[in-house]
Amino acid sequence: MSNSAPLTITVLAGGISHEREVSLRSGRRVSDALQGCGHNVSLADPDASLFSNLMDSAPDVVWPALHGFSGEDGALLGLLEVSGYAYVGPTAAAARLAWSKPIAKTLVARSGVDTPESITLAREAFRELGAATVLQLISGALGESLVVKPASGGSAQGVTIVTRADQLPRAMVDAYTYSDVALIEKHVAGVEVSVTVIDTGDGPRALPAVEIVPLDGVYSFEARYNAGETNFFVPARVSDTVSARIADVAVSVHETLGLDYLSRIDLIVDALGTPWFLEANALPGLTETSSAPIAMEAAGFELGALYETLARRAVANRVRN
Amino acid sequence: MSENTEAGQAIKLDPWFGHYADRASGLSASEVRALFAVASRPEVVSLAGGMPFVRALPEDLISGALSRVMIEQGPTALQYGSGQGVPALREQILEIMALEGISASVDDIVVTTGSQQALDLVTKLFINPGDVILTEAPSYVGAIGVFRSYQAHIEHVDMDNDGLIPDALRAAITRMGAEGRTIKFLYTIPNFHNPAGVTLSAERRPEILQICQDAGILVLEDNPYGLLSFDEDVPPAIRSLDEDGVIYLGSFSKTLAPGFRVGWALAPHAIKEKLVLAAESAILCPSSFSQLVISEYLASADWMGQIVSFRDVYRERRDTMLTSLAEHLPELSWTVPNGGFYVWVTLPDALDSKAMLPRAVTELVAYTPGTAFYADGGGRQNLRLSFCYPTPENIRIGIRRLATVINGELDLLSTFAGTGSLTASAGEDNVISPPPDMS
Repeated sequence: MSNSAPLTITVLAGGISHEREVSLRSGRRVSDALQGCGHNVSLADPDASLFSNLMDSAPDVVWPALHGFSGEDGALLGLLEVSGYAYVGPTAAAARLAWSKPIAKTLVARSGVDTPESITLAREAFRELGAATVLQLISGALGESLVVKPASGGSAQGVTIVTRADQLPRAMVDAYTYSDVALIEKHVAGVEVSVTVIDTGDGPRALPAVEIVPLDGVYSFEARYNAGETNFFVPARVSDTVSARIADVAVSVHETLGLDYLSRIDLIVDALGTPWFLEANALPGLTETSSAPIAMEAAGFELGALYETLARRAVANRVRN
Repeated sequence: MSENTEAGQAIKLDPWFGHYADRASGLSASEVRALFAVASRPEVVSLAGGMPFVRALPEDLISGALSRVMIEQGPTALQYGSGQGVPALREQILEIMALEGISASVDDIVVTTGSQQALDLVTKLFINPGDVILTEAPSYVGAIGVFRSYQAHIEHVDMDNDGLIPDALRAAITRMGAEGRTIKFLYTIPNFHNPAGVTLSAERRPEILQICQDAGILVLEDNPYGLLSFDEDVPPAIRSLDEDGVIYLGSFSKTLAPGFRVGWALAPHAIKEKLVLAAESAILCPSSFSQLVISEYLASADWMGQIVSFRDVYRERRDTMLTSLAEHLPELSWTVPNGGFYVWVTLPDALDSKAMLPRAVTELVAYTPGTAFYADGGGRQNLRLSFCYPTPENIRIGIRRLATVINGELDLLSTFAGTGSLTASAGEDNVISPPPDMS
């Protein structure tokens, strides 16, 4: 296939995860951008007919714009892999590592990157050991300023910033409403940045870090998806030295977890300029309010052209494999 | 997608963010609304939506009316029409309202784009920021959204199984008076209340009306479900008792189909005059096409027979829901509706229906959290279940899943019992605004 021939692309968006709505928004944006470049793009909501439809439509490449389980957890990516479809995304194995925040933190910490001290607890631990005791141990070990989040999932769903010990029980309940495993992390004060890492075929590179400043102080679901409720600064308002450090850390995390094509690495930069790893997104949000497209545009990319480059790379990789 | 800025300047994804009117606050995406997106998937049993089961409507009845309109009145159907609505349809609306004891002049009816638009127009006519609207606790989510958009102060008034409680209404009027507030109207859904499912008793209707008359308060009577009774006819409409102090809202959305978007207001003459002007200002005129098709349908079909069919469908589903609740969730309490679409469920003390919704979505069942139906943060212990759209089999499956959700949440809360407050945070100060098919 020539490098100018239009591609047939299936963008997967929707699904039944809690982030369905976000995924639909991402999918429409990706689809519009690729269509704008002249490609034949169709949107598909994964369901029981997905693979028979893929067989019929035989796309050159699949773009999974899926968030939450079945997409980011690697399940669907694994099926695309074994079915031989080219797709824009990491291997299923890499996605699984990033999907589990505790596992990603462990691997990233081993690679030498700082990540906030944390503890991971299945809800059964509270039942078995007594909730009061466990809560006390958490506060004793990590302090009272904490971030409680489901061990997997995005869009800040089920996430609570805890500033007092008496807020912890409800924060745990909210996290367990989304997942049976929760991550309790020491809160690190600093500048919140997200770094998009892209690999168009010549190795991963970090795009300018996007500094996130929610108007009400918390980058909640509402702050993420209501345009105007968060201010973004690109590049982040940090020194050149810190900026370079952020980029190095982001690429290092991307490589450590084996991510590919496109990832988003969320970090907090403390007062000393140290970037702390929070989490990695294997299939980052590409909605109109997401930070990844902001970073791409800030780096001078035209979204459609960049997405096309990534799609063509996926096609070429399949041919090589 | 954004303003181009130099380094160090904020990128504002909505450059008009600071320009919106105060009334636009609360018009925002929310986590709960996003969760409703999952309810549209076929794997999910949605007990959240208030969608009528339009498949029970024989297609040929509608297609026949539609083709006759196009053949006989095509140019009229496709043209602008009267801002007040098609006269023939207004005559037919009079006949429908007569079933609930209302006699009126055809000149006092204004056809609107669903009764939702009538609700908006009435609020626009009467409410200045800070004015009080009295409404049941809970109340229709779509009304709360309208009232908030006009910056009304919404004061909830308690109900019981016989509807609005007269003494609670008196107390609310006294309370508002003591605060120096101006009450503009009482908004009430007397029949098969959305979301509470209860009906205002015949005995209370004149008493509620008298209280409002004594206090100089207009009554806004919203009656979309009145003809959908299962066991016995509803008492006469409040409007049948007073033609000067009541605005009555009706709709074809539940008794025919919401896709037509046709409702109406019956108002005292002076108010009607302003309603027509306000409606013309908003939309010029309601859809001529929809009005003529409905008019033709009413003239040529056994529309009352069709309503009886709807009643049979919904009665069976109501019965299935109540039986399933009794089987799987006997520890809960709920209202028993004699018509309409909804059952209002009260959860055990510790549970919070809004906080529990993600777990429900995981278990592939959806409901509407009770907080959607309060303007003051109430309703956390309640949820609304709709039996109108899912099949009886799916209702059974949905309630079974809901039991799993509730038991799982209770189990989780019991794990943390005694460790501190488990009350969920108040969250965003905005109305949970489900999409239209969920309202």
